[in-house]
Amino acid sequence: MSQLFEIVSLAAAYNGNIVLEEINFSVNENDFIGVIGPNGGGKTTLLRVILGLVKPLKGSVIFNTELLTSKQIGYLPQLQTGDLTYPVTVMDVLLSGLMIRKGLFAPMTGPDRKKASEVIEELGLAGMRDTHMNELSGGELQRVLLGRAVIGDPKLLLLDEPGNFVDTNFENDFYGKLCELNNRMAILMVSHDIGTISAYVKSFACVNRTLHYHPSSEITNEQLLAYGCPIQLITHGDVPHTVLKHH
Amino acid sequence: MTESIFQYGFIIKSLLGALFASITAGLAGTYIVTRRMVFLSGGITHASFGGIGIGYFAGFSPVAGAALFGILSALGIEYLSVRQKIREDSAIGILWAFGMAVGIIFIWLTPGYAPNLMGYLFGSLLTVTNAEIAALGILSLILIFYFIIFYRTIIYISFDEEFARTYSPYVNTIKYITTSLIALTIVLNIRMAGVVLVISLLTIPPNIAMLLTRSYRRIILWAVMAGFAGTATGYAVSYFAGIPVGATIIFTLVIIWVIVKVMVRFAGKGPSKDLRIPVRNR
Repeated sequence: MSQLFEIVSLAAAYNGNIVLEEINFSVNENDFIGVIGPNGGGKTTLLRVILGLVKPLKGSVIFNTELLTSKQIGYLPQLQTGDLTYPVTVMDVLLSGLMIRKGLFAPMTGPDRKKASEVIEELGLAGMRDTHMNELSGGELQRVLLGRAVIGDPKLLLLDEPGNFVDTNFENDFYGKLCELNNRMAILMVSHDIGTISAYVKSFACVNRTLHYHPSSEITNEQLLAYGCPIQLITHGDVPHTVLKHH
Repeated sequence: MTESIFQYGFIIKSLLGALFASITAGLAGTYIVTRRMVFLSGGITHASFGGIGIGYFAGFSPVAGAALFGILSALGIEYLSVRQKIREDSAIGILWAFGMAVGIIFIWLTPGYAPNLMGYLFGSLLTVTNAEIAALGILSLILIFYFIIFYRTIIYISFDEEFARTYSPYVNTIKYITTSLIALTIVLNIRMAGVVLVISLLTIPPNIAMLLTRSYRRIILWAVMAGFAGTATGYAVSYFAGIPVGATIIFTLVIIWVIVKVMVRFAGKGPSKDLRIPVRNR
């Protein structure tokens, strides 16, 4: 298993407050890691440090440049960033994902459009290339934004709370798609929906100022303690049941 | 004979003015309307009146003064909103009134009569110089090339600035350049429609276009055509009826907007069904 990047004794701040301290963590090829922890615990900041959008106060992120460069990271930010009433089509939005490797100014070529059409097919959005963003359902929107993140063939995919705009009908579909993508790329997914994602991820990283890595997808009491409050845990077994931590 | 030559020249000048005004306002207007920057553009317009006043007072071209004020205030507002040190709408409101105040003070202080003042406030084709028409023509070319070359860059940033920022360090640069071009468009069109009304020249045509299509490219094309129909008709009516040109253009544009709105309603065509103008997909 080859390492994609390593974070070494990293500290980072958000709005002047230190939110991450003494982070040591590495991600390997084909990892599928759920990043969990309380709000304000530094999950998003961790993603932004990996993307290079936040400069670490201390420590560093070291890429194994043979396997991963900064141009090979796909990113699905929290939904609120886009203006859905803006006059762009599914095709436009997918093509914008090619910025990942082509930058902001490169013209679009025939192969780019072909690639976008392939992604549209792959995500089950056939016939929607000219559909406008505000005409999509929640599930379709989510798949388009996932497509934008992966069209540049990233080696690492960073997802920030993709469940926030999940249409429950498409939830299984969406996570199933992620498992498929995981054959081609490592995935780091921030979520607070531990119950749902535990069925899909291979391991967990708990982030609350510091980071604890748990190399299995089973959730322990210790992980739930990171929340500091009662947590409802739903497990996916033959018999659906709910486990409430003692409170 | 001389009268007909004068009239012929005037008609050519009017038509060119109408054409360049609709091209610049159509392109810049589509950008500001889709990005919800109409209020910001109103701020730029009124702030530039400060430059007009200083131009009168100091004896240089009021248009040059307006251009300087317009661009500086546009960059200032963008800068403040990027830094998030102040609420953007408050910053605009302050600059809006401050520009007007500076303009009024300096025009008051200027000895004697301020020629063409009404032209700056309400638009006047008679006092527009050939050089100003030429400047608007050059700006039309610049904007056409800019929007063709940076088409994708502009829509990517406008749709999701955060995402674009993730992958490019040039987002702010492009925003500053585009906003400066918008400011120049506003200032050069002030001579056509006047400080008070120019913002409608930018806002109404894209809104007519958006009744007909949702494609960004087609919005631009329809906006330019609607703008030309409005300005050319406005000029003609203004010329024969002797009404200020800016007011006539805006009135005409609103009438067109109402007619299109009613037609779209009766044809049962929402904006999702494009009335297609053939454009090559880029």
